Amino acid sequence: MAMVEITINKRTISVPENITIMEAAKLNGISLPSLCNHPDQKVKANCRVCAVEVEGVKNLVASCSTKIAEGMKITTNSPRVRETVRTIVELILADHPQECLTCIRSGECELRQLAFKLGMKEVQGVKNTKRLPLDFSTPSLVRDPNKCIKCGRCAEVCHHVQEVGILYSHNRGLDIGVTPEYGKELKDVACVLCGQCVLACPVGAIYEKDETDKVWEALGDPDKHVVVQVAPSVRVSIAEEFGRPSGSIATSKLVSALRLLGFDRVFDTDFAADLTIMEEGHELLQRLQTGGVLPMITSCSPGWIKYIEHFYPELLPHVSSCKSPQQMFGAMAKSYYAKISGIDPKDIYVVSVMPCTAKKYEAARPEMRDSGYRDVDAVLTTRELGRMFKHEGIDFNSLEDGEFDLPLGISTGAAAIFGATGGVMEAALRTVYEVVTGQTLEKLEFEGVRGMEGVKASSVDLGGTEVKVAVAHGLAHAKQIMEAIAAGEADYTFIEVMCCPGGCIGGGGQPYGTTNAVREKRIQGLYEVDQKSEFRKSHENPAIQKLYADYLQAPLGPVSHKLLHTTYTNRCQHELQ
Amino acid sequence: MSMIDCQLVFNVENREYVDLDLYRSRGGYGALAKVLAADPRESVYVLKEAGLKGRGGASFPTGLKIEMVRSNQEQERYIIINADEGEPGTFKDRYIMTHLPFQLLEGVTIAAYLAGASRGILYVRHEYDEPRSVMRESIAQAKRAGLLGENILGSGFSLDIELFSGAGSYLCGEETALLSSIEGRKGRPQVKPPYPTQQGLWGKPTLINNVETLSNIPKIMEKGALWYRSLGTEDSPGTKLISLSGDIRFRGLVEVPFGASFRDIVYEYGGGPKPGRKVKAVNIGGASGVLIPEEMLDVPLEYGACARAGITIGSGAVFVLDDTRSILDNVSNRINFFLHESCGKCTPCREGLRQAQIIMEKLIAGQAVMKDVQNLERYTRVMQNASFCGLGQAAGNSVISSLHYYGEEYCSRCKDGEEDLYGEESA
Ligand SMILES: Cc1cc2nc3c(=O)[nH]c(=O)nc-3n(C[C@H](O)[C@H](O)[C@H](O)COP(=O)(O)O)c2cc1C
Ligand code: SF4
Ligand code: SF4
Ligand code: SF4
Ligand code: SF4
Ligand code: FES
Repeated sequence: MAMVEITINKRTISVPENITIMEAAKLNGISLPSLCNHPDQKVKANCRVCAVEVEGVKNLVASCSTKIAEGMKITTNSPRVRETVRTIVELILADHPQECLTCIRSGECELRQLAFKLGMKEVQGVKNTKRLPLDFSTPSLVRDPNKCIKCGRCAEVCHHVQEVGILYSHNRGLDIGVTPEYGKELKDVACVLCGQCVLACPVGAIYEKDETDKVWEALGDPDKHVVVQVAPSVRVSIAEEFGRPSGSIATSKLVSALRLLGFDRVFDTDFAADLTIMEEGHELLQRLQTGGVLPMITSCSPGWIKYIEHFYPELLPHVSSCKSPQQMFGAMAKSYYAKISGIDPKDIYVVSVMPCTAKKYEAARPEMRDSGYRDVDAVLTTRELGRMFKHEGIDFNSLEDGEFDLPLGISTGAAAIFGATGGVMEAALRTVYEVVTGQTLEKLEFEGVRGMEGVKASSVDLGGTEVKVAVAHGLAHAKQIMEAIAAGEADYTFIEVMCCPGGCIGGGGQPYGTTNAVREKRIQGLYEVDQKSEFRKSHENPAIQKLYADYLQAPLGPVSHKLLHTTYTNRCQHELQ
Repeated sequence: MSMIDCQLVFNVENREYVDLDLYRSRGGYGALAKVLAADPRESVYVLKEAGLKGRGGASFPTGLKIEMVRSNQEQERYIIINADEGEPGTFKDRYIMTHLPFQLLEGVTIAAYLAGASRGILYVRHEYDEPRSVMRESIAQAKRAGLLGENILGSGFSLDIELFSGAGSYLCGEETALLSSIEGRKGRPQVKPPYPTQQGLWGKPTLINNVETLSNIPKIMEKGALWYRSLGTEDSPGTKLISLSGDIRFRGLVEVPFGASFRDIVYEYGGGPKPGRKVKAVNIGGASGVLIPEEMLDVPLEYGACARAGITIGSGAVFVLDDTRSILDNVSNRINFFLHESCGKCTPCREGLRQAQIIMEKLIAGQAVMKDVQNLERYTRVMQNASFCGLGQAAGNSVISSLHYYGEEYCSRCKDGEEDLYGEESA
């Protein structure tokens, strides 16, 4: 790497060429203020709080968008820079409802932190008191346009990572807003409720629809038997809410903390993930044997399902009819578990802890009531659960280790990796291989489907037959595969699609600060969980074996069909209107 | 030919429409023939020697810009003629298009040839119906005469020029916003670099020049760099079209050799204020320009001297305010204009203008205090220092210059306006 010499605040330093002033400063121990900049996004340079002086340039420059050059003399600490940056923040604050005390984002708001860091004492500008209506139209998200600082980070992710593209920067001047088209509500556009915009937002202008009150209420109701399930990816992200490094594995502390909240049973979505593999693996075999529609595409990601329903409804026959693990769990909790525990399913209240905002929407879908009740009653994101723990004063990191309750708490390493892109595929292959060949799989790791590459194609030898598979995460990548299928150019047998980049560990309900670098650490965490698991193949899960023996009989059998499989809806744009 | 005709570049006092025949009879298209026969590097050298600078506002050396496009590896290149002319009180490009269309087209053809562009877009201000139809007709005529289109003058060089109707906002005159609007996106400015000369229209190297800039080129190529330099000053060769308006006797377009003073412009070309009135202030460069007092009129029209005096020549609009006018009203109108035209994308411009508008209204209503004036100054300074594009960077020029020269008008409107503007409070 070629190096260049620059001067920052009179100190001459050597830095790699072709980086920005902001990056160069960072390498030298100075974090410049920034709001619109995001490490995984292209430079937007619209907030201007990163302004610095460059010798020979009349105006200040935005350090996020200005590349360094040999001999450049940069000043970040002059009175002029200070006045400019503080004034810009003051201007933002004058336009902002300063409701930090009651704001969902308060603890982790980038704007509030910047204002604090700059020691803002007073906002002299005239406050903007105009208030726009909030959008509560979906079960997943809330948009508060009043708190929006127009940084464009949400629109960027919606357009370029997800390619759903429903958030735009509209109008001009004071009327500018980053909203769905024509000021529509989210329910009236093709938003898939993935919540990637929430992760991208620096402030509390888009957030999950909070269900903690619902859960508090259920926990306080003596007539309810409240069970909780935790998604695979939450165990490697929840500890971040308590200051632990990204990707820290916190399964046992999580279980203990959930018990402290007062759940009657602490179960694991991983159990249902193993169940999903049984059903989905057999569905794949059935499609192969009976000439069914191929390639078959996974169905565990509700944002992905909503996406294909909106944009490629003609491809819905490719999607597995299996419910997601969350919903399989709910259906099992209110049928099988009700039966074995002797509790009336009407008294069972199922809470799930998910990395995902779309899961809230999924749980509310009318299809998801096969137990005779709403299968999953409340969905908390990782962030909401973190808030509940904090509310109760739970000192998460110092808790004693706990273990999941039986039997819906038993799972395998195959289920754990569901949370990482490629994980469902890998788990399915482990089972399908053994079912098809009747032999023991020696090497459990399918490296070809691992990693952060957007579309991963691989081929697997199933006892003599080559099977081509593909994995996509992030809807922009899913779109590439859908286009290939639509064009008849995808000769895959099985495709895994996850709505969010990196899979569920990168979901829209995960802790703030979920960047691609953080995603990779969480993925490593999940692979470690897998490696340390006693069982690593879904069909070896003894609780699953017992479930089939005692209740479901066989994968794809009539009981499964009723409780574990579902149907989809064409939500094509035209029909929306 | 009259003497005047030979002397300047546009000779606008004739107010004469020059059709193709007349243009050619006066030697028009001779420069193009000459350039097509010569080594392009030599022609670019002549332009650089002539010292032609952009007339669209940024005064970037035109020869150098052409060379930057020319030297790009990418062979597909564009030329865009910026005829958005959105600066209030500016009507020079309109005049060129309606009166001297072939001088413009010849200049465009030469520039395109030198830059190696074979497709051009004439981006005409939305409201300019007449200039658009004159240009449409003139392009067709030039094509029929073999001066545009395929194989121009038998040289093998081809150039097609399309008309594009502007998106109707002031900001679309800014080159990257202009590109976005041609590409069908919102007319908002984009991050530079890459500059249009590197990656412009559809990602290809693009030469963007103002109508007046390009219209200078035929005369320079015809008469040479030395002649051109003899017109202006060492610092700023050539002439500048000045759009004169406001409280003076003769409003309209004049062509002024660089080096003349603003006093000459106001009193000689403009005939001075109306009888019985005095010049109170002169606004130079349109809405984004500064306000200067009578005493400063001796500053010469020259890029260097103006920059030293804090004046931006900009599009060359000169608006005279006589002693019946209120400075605050003038500034307030301009703030309102910019608030209306701001795209809202960056914080200093959007929010700074919001505050500036509120403070100006308070001042005019007699409700402001000195602290407001200090804030106004701070907000506009930050807009200037930190806005994303030229709009926000220049939007506060009227405030900053008028605070400097007419501070007492602000203070006298304040409820606590006795104190000195920069008194104890600002510590
Ligand atoms: C807000 C804004 C508006 C502008 N409007 C115009 C315009 O109407 N016409 C124009 O020629 N240049 C305009 N410009 C300047 C252009 O960005 C660009 O610099 C110019 O067209 C380059 O041509 P030149 O080198 O011949 O001056 C504007 C710039 C800004 C920042
Ligand atoms: S978004 Fe941030 S600054 Fe705004 S009210 Fe919430 S915590 Fe405060
Ligand atoms: S939830 Fe997803 S699809 Fe909806 S606006 Fe946000 S990023 Fe776009
Ligand atoms: S909603 Fe959030 S991410 Fe989107 S523009 Fe507003 S502040 Fe930025
Ligand atoms: S300076 Fe004004 S016009 Fe330019 S980008 Fe910023 S908001 Fe838009
Ligand atoms: S962080 Fe640089 S302009 Fe926003």
